[in-house]
Amino acid sequence: MTAYTLPNDTGHFGKFGGRFVPETLMKAITELTDAYEAAKLDPEFTSEIERLSKEYVGRETPLYFAENLTKYAGGANIYLKREDLNHTGAHKINNAIGQALLALRMGKRKIVAETGAGQHGVATATVCALLNLDCIIFMGEEDIKRQALNVFRMELLGAKVVSVTSGSATLKDAVNEALRYWVANVEDTHYLLGSVSGPHPFPMIVRDFQSVIGKETKEQFLERNESLPDAVVACIGGGSNAMGMFYPFIEEEEVELYGVEAAGQGVDTPFHAASLTKGKPGVLHGALMFVLQNEDGQIQEAHSISAGLDYPGVGPEHSYLKEIERAHYHSITDKEALDAFQLLTKLEGIIPALESSHAVAFAVKLAAELGPSKNIVVCLSGRGDKDVDAVRARLRGGNN
Amino acid sequence: MNRIEKTFQLLNNNGSKAFVPYIMAGDGGLDSLVERLQLLEKFGASAIEVGVPFSDPVADGPTIQQAGIRALNNGTTLKGIVAKLAEARESINIPIILMTYLNPIYAYGIASFVHDIQNAGVDGCIIPDMPLEEEDIIAPKLEAAGIELIRLVTLTTPIERIKQIATKGNGFLYTVTVKGITGVRNEFDGDIHAYLQAVKEVSPIPVLAGFGISNQEQMLDLTKNCDGVVVGSRIVDLFAKNNLAEMEQLMSIFKQKSNIV
Repeated sequence: MTAYTLPNDTGHFGKFGGRFVPETLMKAITELTDAYEAAKLDPEFTSEIERLSKEYVGRETPLYFAENLTKYAGGANIYLKREDLNHTGAHKINNAIGQALLALRMGKRKIVAETGAGQHGVATATVCALLNLDCIIFMGEEDIKRQALNVFRMELLGAKVVSVTSGSATLKDAVNEALRYWVANVEDTHYLLGSVSGPHPFPMIVRDFQSVIGKETKEQFLERNESLPDAVVACIGGGSNAMGMFYPFIEEEEVELYGVEAAGQGVDTPFHAASLTKGKPGVLHGALMFVLQNEDGQIQEAHSISAGLDYPGVGPEHSYLKEIERAHYHSITDKEALDAFQLLTKLEGIIPALESSHAVAFAVKLAAELGPSKNIVVCLSGRGDKDVDAVRARLRGGNN
Repeated sequence: MNRIEKTFQLLNNNGSKAFVPYIMAGDGGLDSLVERLQLLEKFGASAIEVGVPFSDPVADGPTIQQAGIRALNNGTTLKGIVAKLAEARESINIPIILMTYLNPIYAYGIASFVHDIQNAGVDGCIIPDMPLEEEDIIAPKLEAAGIELIRLVTLTTPIERIKQIATKGNGFLYTVTVKGITGVRNEFDGDIHAYLQAVKEVSPIPVLAGFGISNQEQMLDLTKNCDGVVVGSRIVDLFAKNNLAEMEQLMSIFKQKSNIV
């Protein structure tokens, strides 16, 4: 593969990406692009991120060889990149720190963000507490009900959580409201977008801040095995942990990249979140990307047991990697994810987030397929403490 | 000459200001669309903006969001709207401008969309989530079809960029008068007149103010420094309440008073 330099200057990955936003936001996203280009060349900025990543977040995170899971799967070796061990319990903090420092550089002390499961909201509220920034989080009414503990957590951290009742009252609508709020408050507020979605430069910025995952994985794996893994696997909602894992491996063609979407109740039912598997290219929330939509271009609701994967679009870079067939995208059902949640807990004593359980479930299948002497790294994007209630309710409900 | 250009030439000759109402197609049922357009023309609309409902309208406030949901629940589709507009064109003489987010067009197929709205006699298009940087996806096709792409400028658009957008020279320049989304406002930013004057100064095409404009006083005040107003949420609300008398009054008083200016 020739050098991979995307996105281009206009924020496109092939035909995907771009800046499909109301004119009111153009000035802010242009400023953000300029501020980011300057910041990433500023050693003071990058060393502050490194310092906080190390001292505050707890990086680097371990690369763990899951011996019991490997034996169970009966094939390739399975390693886990332990993003669940980050402060706040997921990879989301990697991006929140970077963007909050960027906001400070731009002189913006007010932060708005969206959240689905609450992980990005908690990470954002955490960084805002640390840096003394005003924080307002939009969250769907349905998700507020499902994730009451995370709402309380954000409030403890000093954030204002606003319930979104429009549309389906989930993540997609929280993004709509956050965008509307940003349009009205753009001059003193930074939108701390949580995934590799939205208008340029967000997909690039979030990817870059998350790519610490893949960079560390590469170094750790090389040090241990003097080779690269045969495959890396990550779950995909908007796609931030996957993009962070994939990006440093894109030019390493011998490494296969696997993204795992949420199949919900099945991709042949209306209840799934598999945008790459079942969606079509379309424009949502500022980017051209694969989107779940009906034939008239109305966006459809996504469904997944995992609130973090419950999004009807997928980042433009994933859309591009699918199109050029550099990455492979598969899906895992709610039931398979629940099984993997319990499996990893029992075998390794690690309770994974339901989001990450999708990646684990797929890795077990892939390991058997690849056979012994091959190596797979799974991005364990978050820990499952937040999901214990939901899993208990589901298991007691006898749906499993 | 395009209908939009003709309309503004006429307004200009008469020293009149434009009143452009916005309605949500399919709110109240798509079958009422033609009748509503006829009514607006009768009440004195200079042109009509026809909104296409979208599931995720990020530039719109609650009034238009709700109207969009009602329209979608009625089974309204872009294809259905285009067919109705073709029918409306037989009786409507003023310009019809379609306002739609990009995704319904993208799903329709850009070439087919442009072809079909040209046949339906649509005069212009407003796409609120498509800034200058992305317009190549459709602008050349619209231009070839003689359909004006109406562009927006806002309070956050730097003056150099306003100039760049205005000199593209299509139809009129849609000048967003609030920092925020559509919906009725009680008052405007104190700098609004300076802003409109600055836009007027650099724009070779007529300048219309829109977003948040709902009452007579605001309309007459804003048109001191621009060529007309777009009124959305208020009209949508009056249709939803079936308060046609108030709508007629709003439009006719504006016509009389703005004419004297």
